Amino acid sequence: MVTKPPTPRDALSGSMTLASERDIVATRRLVRELTQELKFTLVDQTKMITAASELSRNAVIYGHGGVMRWEIVTNGLQTGLRLAFEDQGPGIPDTDLALTDGWTSGTGMGIGLSGSRRLVNDFELRTVVGAGTCVTVTRWR
Amino acid sequence: MDRIPILKMGRCLLVTIQVDLLDQTALALQDDLSERIATTAAQGVLIDISALEIVDSFVGRILGSISGIAAVMGATLVVVGMQPAVAITLVELGLSLAGVRTALDVERGMSLLQADERSRGGD
Repeated sequence: MVTKPPTPRDALSGSMTLASERDIVATRRLVRELTQELKFTLVDQTKMITAASELSRNAVIYGHGGVMRWEIVTNGLQTGLRLAFEDQGPGIPDTDLALTDGWTSGTGMGIGLSGSRRLVNDFELRTVVGAGTCVTVTRWR
Repeated sequence: MDRIPILKMGRCLLVTIQVDLLDQTALALQDDLSERIATTAAQGVLIDISALEIVDSFVGRILGSISGIAAVMGATLVVVGMQPAVAITLVELGLSLAGVRTALDVERGMSLLQADERSRGGD
C-alpha cells in the first residue's frame, strides 16, 4: 500500500514571510484553508481571514515586512487557530491610542488594529519602540 | 498586475470583482473607473462584490472613495452582492460603508440606478 507523503498541513504550526502585497493575499488564502480544515463556520472563517488581512497589511506597510506564524491550538475540548504577526518595524509608542478606532499613523482608516481585535477571541499586542511589534490573535471554533 | 474589466451598458458602468484583490488592483480600479466615468459620461456605476470572500478596511476605504469620486463626477455608485458573512464581519470590524449605496443583488442595483436616472429627468 502506498502511503501519501505528508503535506505541510499535517503540521500543527508553520510560518510565512510577509514582505509584499502579494503576501497579504497569500495570508488570506492560507488562513482560509486553515479555518476550513478546522471546520470554522463561514462567518468565523470570514472574521479570522479579515483580521489576518488587516494584521498582515500592518506588518507589510507599517512594520516594513515581517513574518506570520500560525498554530493550531487546543484548550480542553476546544480547538482554535492562533496567528502571530511579527515585524521589526518602528513599534507603536502609545498602544492605548493605537487600539482606538480612528487612530492611524499612516494613510489608512485607523481601524485595522482596533477592528481586528473585535473579530477574534484573544488578542495580544506586544510592541517595543524602535524594535518591532507582535500581534497575536486566536479564534476558537 | 491584474486589472479589473469595466463594462459599459447604456449609461452605466458595470464592474464584477472576481479575483482576490491586491491593494494595487483595488487602487487601479479606482483610477480606471474615474477615467471611464469621464470618457463615457456614465451616470451610474455598479460594482458587484458577490465573489469577494472578505472586505477589509482597505477595500472598504476604496469603495468609499470610489463612491465619493463618482458623486463629484455626477455619477451614482451602487455596490451590490455583499455576502452575509462579509456584511457581519465588516460591521464588527467597525466599517459601515457610510455614504456608499448598496443593494442586495445586481437586479436591485440596476433598478436603483434606473430610478436615479429617471429622477434626474434623463436627457
